[in-house]
Amino acid sequence: MALSISDSLLDRIRYHGTSAYPLECCGLLLGRAARDGKSVVDLMPMQNSREDTPESRYLIAPDDLLVAEKEARKQGVDIIGVYHSHPDHPARPSNFDREHAFPWYSYIIVSVEKGEAIELTSWILRDDRSAFDPEDLQTA
Amino acid sequence: MSVKIHIPTPLRQFVGNADALSVEGRTVGEALQKLASQYPELRKHLYTDEGKLRSFINVYVNDEDVRYLERSKTPLKESDEVRIIPSIAGGSTAVAPGTELSQKEILRYSRHLIMPEVGMEGQLKLKAGKVLTIGAGGLGSPLALYLAAAGVGKIGIVDFDVVDLTNLQRQVLHSTDGVGRSKLESAKERLQALNPEVKIELYETRLSSENALDILKDYNLVVDGTDNFPTRYLVNDACVLLGKPNVYGSIFRFEGQASVFGLPEGPCYRCLYPEPPPPGLVPSCAEGGVLGILPGIIGVIQATETIKLLLGKGETLVGRLLLFDALRMSFRELKLRKDPKCPICSAHRTIHKLIDYNQFCGVSTQPQQTLPSDWEMDPVDLKGLLDKKEPLFLLDVREPHEWDICSIPGAYLIPLGQLPARMNQLNSADNIVAYCRSGVRSGKAVDLLRKAGFQKIKNLKGGILAWSDKVDPTVPKY
Repeated sequence: MALSISDSLLDRIRYHGTSAYPLECCGLLLGRAARDGKSVVDLMPMQNSREDTPESRYLIAPDDLLVAEKEARKQGVDIIGVYHSHPDHPARPSNFDREHAFPWYSYIIVSVEKGEAIELTSWILRDDRSAFDPEDLQTA
Repeated sequence: MSVKIHIPTPLRQFVGNADALSVEGRTVGEALQKLASQYPELRKHLYTDEGKLRSFINVYVNDEDVRYLERSKTPLKESDEVRIIPSIAGGSTAVAPGTELSQKEILRYSRHLIMPEVGMEGQLKLKAGKVLTIGAGGLGSPLALYLAAAGVGKIGIVDFDVVDLTNLQRQVLHSTDGVGRSKLESAKERLQALNPEVKIELYETRLSSENALDILKDYNLVVDGTDNFPTRYLVNDACVLLGKPNVYGSIFRFEGQASVFGLPEGPCYRCLYPEPPPPGLVPSCAEGGVLGILPGIIGVIQATETIKLLLGKGETLVGRLLLFDALRMSFRELKLRKDPKCPICSAHRTIHKLIDYNQFCGVSTQPQQTLPSDWEMDPVDLKGLLDKKEPLFLLDVREPHEWDICSIPGAYLIPLGQLPARMNQLNSADNIVAYCRSGVRSGKAVDLLRKAGFQKIKNLKGGILAWSDKVDPTVPKY
């Protein structure tokens, strides 16, 4: 099942990635889940709470997520995934990404090389946590 | 007690798409366990295989993080609201994608790979591991050998010394034909012969406030194998500032200690020892001696903790100080608490960058204070006086077990510690020459006796070591 998201939202993810470069950016995908798949209707850029190695790690603190979740509920949407950037690194999930991932969420990764957004991919964790599978993006 | 547990969207599929469930439980731990047993598919996303709550699962009770309450023991009241909140993390370079083991490596590490606690996943973590060891001496030797054998990807070593014959009783990284060589070169050769797959990085320098952060920043964790207080405080502070684990070990004679400091959730070395001992109070291994096997035991404990930290398995020594006594062959354990007023790792910290650690420990970087030159006698001059049968009282201020190793013929033994009480056995009219191993203790004796009115006492410059070098090579050096 593909993740549906508009081009302008994808551009906003790319823009967030390039403006945070050389650090990692991160944010939440807000939207709805229906029988025929998930669709993103908005983004919520988040603060990268990793102070030690923000160039190769991101962390959305639980306190921030709690606030974000309540905000999303107010708007009538759910958190359906996460996006983050890989500065000077391919847009493929690392083992670290996998170990810290949740099932069902969509994980969008944008690779930013020398300040320019190159590749954008989306991934879903297998239910047994063993690997990520690529997820198709359906742009409207 | 019935409470409401809010389920985050990604986990709802495992609980029949409910966004909240009512569960019975007196504590947070009980309620979550109940939930996990009702929905087995949910369990593996909440708990690790060892049954611990996953590190990125956070639990809130009425919007309070239970980490700041009583964690899983946090009591619940009727109609409390419990929320499961993921902390969302990731990043590009934990283990580079595509990192894998060659066939040769699979064979080399097979005894690790067949253990489920290590396995391929763990061995790749070791391969991605970057460990810095401070010192290639007694503790650094077994440590570096086992880390290299285990396949830790990158091992950095900081040392500036050369191999000395007296090192070989315990520093098993080095060998007899390495005496006089740089310890780093000797170590690298041995480690690469053991395992050519690991990368050995050398830092031929004394770790200092100027270079420490720069050297440490490239490593996942630091192992402290130093033998002096200024470096120990320096390593502690640098690790706390960088948030890196500091695997600590120290040894003296028959006793050793080990712990893990530097992690935000645990205490640091300063929580245990806020102040260094006054200089000179605690003798070094060179002064007090050490059982050669002891650094082997403590160094291997440090290596074990290092491997566990890299694997993320087991219970580490964070918050515990392990004490080992080789004579009694006993291990004891002390619980360590984080000092709420710790100057570097508490919320009220006063140290925000590295300081001058020699000054902090009261160690002078100037050469040791020397006696006036006319209070000293060169070994060659002493030999001349003895040959001429000049009347002379030769005073040995070492310990009796040192006397058993060697002495200068005709000497009289009064250990330095007994000198104040036995001063009456000396005659201030005699020409006295005092000696010890290297001239430091006898210097103190000369100072003491001069203050007590002895005008004609001198110190043998360089002690029995210099006597062996310049006069009588049949006297062994130790």
